[in-house]
Amino acid sequence: MKPRAKAKNQRLVLLSLAVGAVLVAVLLGMSAMSSQAALFYAPGDVRKNGLPLDRAVRIGGMVREGSLQRAPDGVTINFIVGDDTSHTIPVRFTGIVPNLFREGSGVVAEGRFEADGTFVASEILAKHDENYMPPGIEAGKHKTESLDE
Amino acid sequence: MIAEAGLAALWLAAALSLLQMVLGWAAVRPGNEALLRFVRPVAVAQGALAAVSFLVLIWLFLRTDLSVKLVVANSHSDKPFLYKFAGAWGNHEGSMLLWVTVLAVAGGLVALLERRLRRDTLVGTLAAQATIALGFYAFLLFASNPFERVSPAPLDGQGLNPLLQDPGLAFHPPTLYFGYVGISVAFSFAVGALITRDVGRDFARAMRPWILGAWIFLTLGITAGSYWAYYELGWGGWWFWDPVENASLMPWLAATALLHSVTVLATRDALRAWTVMLAVVAFSMSMIGTFLVRSGILTSVHAFAVDPKRGSFILILLALYIGGALALFAARVGTVKEGSTFRIVSREGALVLNNLLLTIILCLVMLGTLYPLVTEAMGSKISVGPPWFNPVTAPFALVLVTFMGAGPLLKWRKDDAGALLRRVALPLLLSAATALAIVIFAPGTRILPLLGLSLAPAVALMSLMPLLNRNLRRTPLIIWGMVAAHLGIAVSLAGMASESAFTKEVLIAARPGESAEVGPFTIRFDAVEPTAGQNWTAIQGRLTAQRGDGAEIPMLPEARMFSDPPTPTSEAAIETRWDGQLYAVIGEPDGQGRWQLRLWWKPWVTLIWFGGALVALGGLLSLVGRVLRDRRVRREAPEPYADEAVAADPRGRPGREALA
Repeated sequence: MKPRAKAKNQRLVLLSLAVGAVLVAVLLGMSAMSSQAALFYAPGDVRKNGLPLDRAVRIGGMVREGSLQRAPDGVTINFIVGDDTSHTIPVRFTGIVPNLFREGSGVVAEGRFEADGTFVASEILAKHDENYMPPGIEAGKHKTESLDE
Repeated sequence: MIAEAGLAALWLAAALSLLQMVLGWAAVRPGNEALLRFVRPVAVAQGALAAVSFLVLIWLFLRTDLSVKLVVANSHSDKPFLYKFAGAWGNHEGSMLLWVTVLAVAGGLVALLERRLRRDTLVGTLAAQATIALGFYAFLLFASNPFERVSPAPLDGQGLNPLLQDPGLAFHPPTLYFGYVGISVAFSFAVGALITRDVGRDFARAMRPWILGAWIFLTLGITAGSYWAYYELGWGGWWFWDPVENASLMPWLAATALLHSVTVLATRDALRAWTVMLAVVAFSMSMIGTFLVRSGILTSVHAFAVDPKRGSFILILLALYIGGALALFAARVGTVKEGSTFRIVSREGALVLNNLLLTIILCLVMLGTLYPLVTEAMGSKISVGPPWFNPVTAPFALVLVTFMGAGPLLKWRKDDAGALLRRVALPLLLSAATALAIVIFAPGTRILPLLGLSLAPAVALMSLMPLLNRNLRRTPLIIWGMVAAHLGIAVSLAGMASESAFTKEVLIAARPGESAEVGPFTIRFDAVEPTAGQNWTAIQGRLTAQRGDGAEIPMLPEARMFSDPPTPTSEAAIETRWDGQLYAVIGEPDGQGRWQLRLWWKPWVTLIWFGGALVALGGLLSLVGRVLRDRRVRREAPEPYADEAVAADPRGRPGREALA
C-alpha cells in the first residue's frame, strides 16, 4: 500500500471508530436519562399526572405560611408546598435546611413520594439566590410582594 | 469623571479591535503584507486599554463611588476592603468586563510574545482574536455597561451577596477566567492556521505553550471553585454536577484533549485536522459556558442577572463565532494535509484513546447539561443530577485514568502489547490486591468507589514509572510536568473515591453538654454564643472534637446573619487532619433548647484538591520546560520576524519601534 492511501485509510478508520464510540456513549446516556433523571413536579402537576412512586423526582413550589412543624427528634421537619393552584404537597425532611429556606419562600426538594401522598425529601436544594423562584410561580410571588408594600 | 474615563477606554479598545480585525483580515490576503507590521501594536494597545478600563472599575469599587449604578447595586461602604476589590467582578457587568479584558490581554500577549508562528498565521490569529473581542465589546457597551451612572446618587450601596463575601471570590473567578477565556487563543490560532493553510508541526509547537498556560489556570480555577463550594455552602459536597460547574468542566475536558493531541501533532505530525477541530471546540465550550451562566437561563450564584435580551445577544455571538469557525473548518479541512500514520499500540494510539474518551465524557456532560434545557423548552421539566452523571461518566473516566497511566510507558510510532503488559504487571497486581483488601476489610463499599480506590495506587505507580532508569537530575522539566500532572489525577481520584466510600455523617439535635460520635471522633457540644464581624452577626456553636485520648480540637461553626443585604449564611467549621477533614455545621434551634448539628468525618477528602493543585503544578513545570527549550532553540536560530525591526536596531529585536 502506498503511504498516502494508508494515511487516508487510517484517518477514515479512526474517524468512524470515534464517531461510533461517541454515538454509542451518547445513546447509552440518553437511555439512562429516562431512568436516572428526576422529573420535576409542581403541586398542580401531581394531581394531573398521578403520583410517581417508583422513582426519585423533584418538586418545587412555595412553602405555605404556618405549615412548618418540627418533629420531636429535633432534626425532622414537616411542611406543605403549594403553588397558584389549590393543590398542595405535604413534605417531610430530615436534615439541616438551607439558609434561604423559610415559610413563604420558594423551595425545590428532591426525593420520593410515599403511597399516602407525602413527599419524603432526601435533599432540600439550596438555591444560592434569595431571588430564586421555582418555575411557574413567579407571577404569584410578585403579587404577594406588591401587597406587602 | 473616572467612570467616564473607564467607559472611554472601553470604547477605544472596541474601536481598536475593529481596526485590528479589518487590518488583520486585509493583511492575510496576498499582496497586503505591508499591513502586517501595524496589526501587532494595535493588538497590544487594545489589550492595554481593556486592562485600563477594568482597573478603573476596580478603582470605582474601592472608592465605593455611589454615582455608578453597578457599585450601588453590588457594593456597600461598610464592606471589608477585600470584597470591595473583588466585588468588582462579583456581578454580571463586572465579570463580563473581566472576561473581555482577559480576551484582549491574551491577544495582546500573543502579539507581544509569539515568535514561532509563521507571520501571516500570527496576523490571522490576531484578526480572529479581535473578531471575538469586538462582539463581546459590543455586548458590554450595548447590553451590560459597567460604567452606567445613577442620579441622584443614593446614600449607600445595596451590598454584595454574602455567599460571595469570601476570600475565594478574589481568587476563583480571575483564575477561572484566565483559563476559560485564555483558551480563546487556541481558537484564534486554529482559525489563523486554517486561513493560511499552516496546520502542521510548527503551528502545533507555537500553540502548545498558550494552551498549557490557559489549561493551568483552568485547572486551578476549577479546583479552587470546588473547594470554595465545599466549605462555603455547608453541604459537605465538593462537586454537584451543577450546570455552572459543568460549564467550566467542559472547556477543561476539551482543553485537556487538545493539550494531548497537540503533542501528537508537534511530535509526530499526526492528528492535524482533529487538533484544529479540538481547538475550535475548546473555546466553543467556553462560550457555551458563558452563555449558560450569563444568560439567566440558569439560576445560581453565578447568574447575577436575569435579562432575556442579554441571553439572546450572547446566543447570537455564540452562533456567529462557533458557526463561522466550523464553516471555515469544513471549507478548509480538505487542504489540511494528511499527517503521519502510526500503529494502534503506540504512544500515538494511547493519546488517540485519551482524546476519544475525553470527547465521550465531554459529550455526556454536555448532554446532561443541555438536555434539561431542551426538554424545558418543550414543556416538561426534568433535572439531571449526580444519579445520572456519576454512573454514566465514571466508567469512561476510570478507563481513561487507567490508560493515562499506561500511555506514557508506550513508545512512539510502534510498540508491543506484550511488552506493555509486562511493564504494567506490577501496578495491575497492586490494583488487584487493593481491591481484595477493600472487599475484605470494608465490605459493602459501592462499586465505583471500590474501582476508584483500587485503581488510584496503580495509576499513581504507573505515573511515576516514566522516571525509572532516568538520571533524575537530567530529566527534562517536561517529563517532570507530565509525571506530576498524571500523579495529581491519581491523587485526586483517591480522594474522591475515599470521600465517597468512607465518609461518616451524623445529624443530631443536641443540647449543650451532649456528645456525638462521628467516625473515630467524639464531638462534645459545649455551648452556643453570639458573635459578630464587620458586617454580620452570628450564632456560634462551640464544639470540642477528640480522637480517642488525643488532643482536644475546638470547632466553631456559625450561623451568620449578614447586613446589607440581610441574608443568613452558615459557616462550616472545618478541621483538617493529616488523614482527612472533620466538618461541622450548626443549624437551627428547635425551640426546646436543642440545636441541629450536622457532622462529617471525611477521610482523605483533601487529596481531591491537592491532586488538582498537583495537576496544575505539572502543567506549570511543563510550560516552563517548553519555554526554556524554546528559548534555547531560538538563540541558535535566526529571528523569524527580524525583518520587521528597523535595521538600525543593533540587537535585531523585532517590533520594538512599532510598539513604542
